Amino acid sequence: MKIITEHLTKTFNARRNQPPIVAVEDLNLEIQPGEVFGLLGPNGAGKTTTVRMLTTLIAPTAGQAFIGPWKVGRDDRQIRQSVGLLTEAPGMYEALSAEKNLTIYARLYNVRDVKGQVEKYLRMLGLWERRFDPVGSFSKGMRQKLAIARALLHEPQVLFLDEPTSGLDPEAAKLVRDFIEELESEGRTIVLCTHNLDEAERLCQRVAIFKTRLIAVDTPENLRKRLFGRKVVFHLRQVQPQWVELLRSFPFVEEVSTFENRIVVGLPNPEEQNPVLVRRLVEAGADIQFVGELRHTLEDVYLRTLQGLGE
Amino acid sequence: MHHLITIIDKEWAEVFKNKMVFFTLIFMPLLFTAIPLISLHFMAGAVPEGADAADVPEGFLRACGALSAGDCLQIYVIDQFMMLYMMMPLIIPITIAAYSVVGEKTTRSLEPLLATPITTEVLLAGKALAAVIPALAATWVCFGIFLLALPLVGAGEAARAHAVGPTWLLGVFVAAPLMAVVAVNFALMVSSRVNDPRVAEQLSAVLIVPLMALFFAQIIGFIILSPTLMLVMIAVLVVLDIALIYLGARLFQRETILTRWR
Repeated sequence: MKIITEHLTKTFNARRNQPPIVAVEDLNLEIQPGEVFGLLGPNGAGKTTTVRMLTTLIAPTAGQAFIGPWKVGRDDRQIRQSVGLLTEAPGMYEALSAEKNLTIYARLYNVRDVKGQVEKYLRMLGLWERRFDPVGSFSKGMRQKLAIARALLHEPQVLFLDEPTSGLDPEAAKLVRDFIEELESEGRTIVLCTHNLDEAERLCQRVAIFKTRLIAVDTPENLRKRLFGRKVVFHLRQVQPQWVELLRSFPFVEEVSTFENRIVVGLPNPEEQNPVLVRRLVEAGADIQFVGELRHTLEDVYLRTLQGLGE
Repeated sequence: MHHLITIIDKEWAEVFKNKMVFFTLIFMPLLFTAIPLISLHFMAGAVPEGADAADVPEGFLRACGALSAGDCLQIYVIDQFMMLYMMMPLIIPITIAAYSVVGEKTTRSLEPLLATPITTEVLLAGKALAAVIPALAATWVCFGIFLLALPLVGAGEAARAHAVGPTWLLGVFVAAPLMAVVAVNFALMVSSRVNDPRVAEQLSAVLIVPLMALFFAQIIGFIILSPTLMLVMIAVLVVLDIALIYLGARLFQRETILTRWR
């Protein structure tokens, strides 16, 4: 199911004598069916507000949004029936058992085989043995898994996951990430709000960096290329100035810098140009130990993008 | 309809795990039933046949007509306690409704709940009914116990007939449900406007004040409960119910609930 936002804007009325607060401004996105899409931004950037608008919890002030054929504000019940939401806080009924919690939601989502679906997801997420225990006795990871099960009970084609691994220990976080990958393989469209850039890089095909307004949207790889270009690192036994000059003499080399026994070379097309450079360096007497691509993390991309905004 | 039942089921599953709510729902109605019965029991032994009912307000005495002073005194006492049966459907739903809102606030469960296809009207109706039904059940069960126990505590025939007369029946079966609806709507409305659940509970309790005023006005003989007065009360309650339901529907916008019930 495709998600489209067109000039989506949300303004909140502030307290007396204060100007209105613009939470999201003029957001234009097109998320493809089956895509895992990351929403990245600092606290207060409007990620949760965007998710709330797309799940029809709050109404946009301006612009429009579509979930598949349905329009936000017009077909809200159909949208709520076909999307799953994992909220930032699991928000379970702590005095009730895991099974009771899921049964309530299965009924509210009009699930036909309530018992079957509840059992399916409790088993899938490893909570079946604890199904009669009150949720208040669960660990944070177990509650998060239960909240994920709740979001999936009605088999939604679109899933909104707000900070799915926030506050989880590494083992529980990995379990949740693996589960998200499994969901992706089922062809569901997943929108992931996260501060965990490593997680976004691993899971998302495309990411949007935004702070109230959309700043950049692309694959992590393209964002990296766009911001940092592509760089190759030559590890040498030792660096000689003539080899640096030699590399600078090539017209396609964009920049050359050195660091300890490494030479970093900016190249537009390393797949084609690397063999040429390696050959010439060897001919010039350089002892090459390793050659590798210098990869900037999504965190570098994110920070550089926000720096551009004066963050 | 199944959404409504699900919400009521959820509310009860949560609320009845709370011991304080259980206390309010069981102990208080039983206490309110026991007090008039005990009073009647001791009064039946203390008022001899043909005694002078000097303590009964003059207006009430006139309303007694040809009844004996003893019967008149019993009816007077019974009528004082009728207010208790009207207080129950006011106090119990406030406790339950306030708790159900507190639950949503503390567990932050409202957002996933509102993300389901349930309509706001059904959600609020479910919450309201989950509070009103136990309150009315407790009130009516206790009223039944009261009626059954009247002969056992020495209540005369006139007093027993009065307890199933139009004033009481209108009070318990018409005014009480209307009062419960007022209480729940008011409690839910207050809860949606304030951030502290304790403030919500305290503000909601303000509703008891007019009823207490009525109670004392009756004790001092300022008003005499009668079918006419009861019908006036019912008319006022109907207007109040309509006004509160209308206001509630305007206040309880999905976005308002989500951004304020935190």
